[in-house]
Amino acid sequence: MNPRFRRYFFLISCAAFLGLFVWALHDLPPFGNYRGPYGDILNHVAVYERHVTDVVTAVNFDYRGFDTLGEESILFMSVIGTALLLRPQKKETEAPDEEEKKLQHAMDESERRRAPAASDAVRVLTLALTGPLIVFGWYVITHGQLTPGGGFQGGVILATPPLLVYIAGELETFKRITRQEFVEAVEAAGIFGFVLIGSLGLFARGAFMQNVLPLGETGSILSGGTIPLLNIATGLAVSGGFVQLIYVFLEQTLEVKLRVRKAK
Amino acid sequence: MTLFPYLVAAWLFCIGLYGVVTSRNFIHLVMCLAVVQSSTYVLLLSIGYRTGGLPPVFAGVPVGAPAVDPVVQALMLTDVVVEATVVALLLSLAVQVHKGTGTLNPDHLRELKG
Amino acid sequence: MQVLHILILSLVGVCGTAVVLTRDPRSQVIGLSFFGLVLACMFFVFQAPDVALSQIVIGAVALPLMFMLTMARIRRNIEEQAARKRQQQTKGGKVV
Repeated sequence: MNPRFRRYFFLISCAAFLGLFVWALHDLPPFGNYRGPYGDILNHVAVYERHVTDVVTAVNFDYRGFDTLGEESILFMSVIGTALLLRPQKKETEAPDEEEKKLQHAMDESERRRAPAASDAVRVLTLALTGPLIVFGWYVITHGQLTPGGGFQGGVILATPPLLVYIAGELETFKRITRQEFVEAVEAAGIFGFVLIGSLGLFARGAFMQNVLPLGETGSILSGGTIPLLNIATGLAVSGGFVQLIYVFLEQTLEVKLRVRKAK
Repeated sequence: MTLFPYLVAAWLFCIGLYGVVTSRNFIHLVMCLAVVQSSTYVLLLSIGYRTGGLPPVFAGVPVGAPAVDPVVQALMLTDVVVEATVVALLLSLAVQVHKGTGTLNPDHLRELKG
Repeated sequence: MQVLHILILSLVGVCGTAVVLTRDPRSQVIGLSFFGLVLACMFFVFQAPDVALSQIVIGAVALPLMFMLTMARIRRNIEEQAARKRQQQTKGGKVV
């Protein structure tokens, strides 16, 4: 199927799709008139039943907590898949012979000519922001049940400080804080913690992910029973996963930069 | 005018799909896939919106106040994070394809050797 | 429906079109980052702060980052293959 024919075929199917879509739009409620009962029920009931003020987090980690477990496993398996696909191939890790060494040397030379060192402004800004970002990430994770936030958002925010360290040029520090054993342990602890807290409900009251811990008072951090714990577990899993993703993409570049730095 | 958000969602879907179908570079293809995914976000949010509604966060707001739908937002939250990991997986596939065949053009991949 | 809704939805549509119609990946990444930011503004206008937080961090930071890292890696692969080929040719020349 050559590209021209493919384009025309697509335009025809797209026109048909748009026609059917506009026809289906007539049965949707007009924009702004939300009719469905579930949203209203949850808005009225969630604050009293679970003692949380952020209904979206309550839906994500309590009412529909099982779906969140599925999403986390998707994340976990994608990270595994990416790490598997981008692992160093066998011929890249066996002992290099003379020609390989000359090739590496030539590549390192061109790399050194091309990459400028990080400027002072970049270094100051990134290193000054690293600490506040870690605190902010934990703040978003732990306050997920009170204000907009939660495990997913805070987890991704927590994954950015190592990247800032890399941008500032502190390569040895970056290599130390993203050691594979540590990051994998954090991610596995997050996923396993999620399943463990869900099993608490299974053993205590016979239903997986039942909210069995004391609910606390609305508005304090320790409210919502299992919800803050699930937030922390999700935050750990997501941040571990994203740090691993970034590291897998950066791995080869990192090795070259460290070699270049040693040669200088 | 009340159909405008839905039409924007359909337009994003179609233009993203057009980009996927006529792409000549794998990385361009994956970015068009991100545009297609964002069309679902627009559609979901438009369905759950209530005119004059507040966000479904009741910290300091009385519980009976009109608020938008929280279920749709819960669906979208995890969707956004999963989109990032799916894109990462696709990009690593693109890197492997380039390493194996030396090209990033989907049209030229039809002639696989051995 | 307010003017703000119409404006932000039109902006989203235009940005999405711009992302698709930019063919060179290196320019497209910047467009994708801006598109992620505009989408987060749209979520904010539609009263969805949770999702807007997620979208800002992922759509405007993590996604363009992964694209740029991929492009850097592919460029490095290309250079390595070219250097290897040059080396093969000079080696062949010496033997001959």
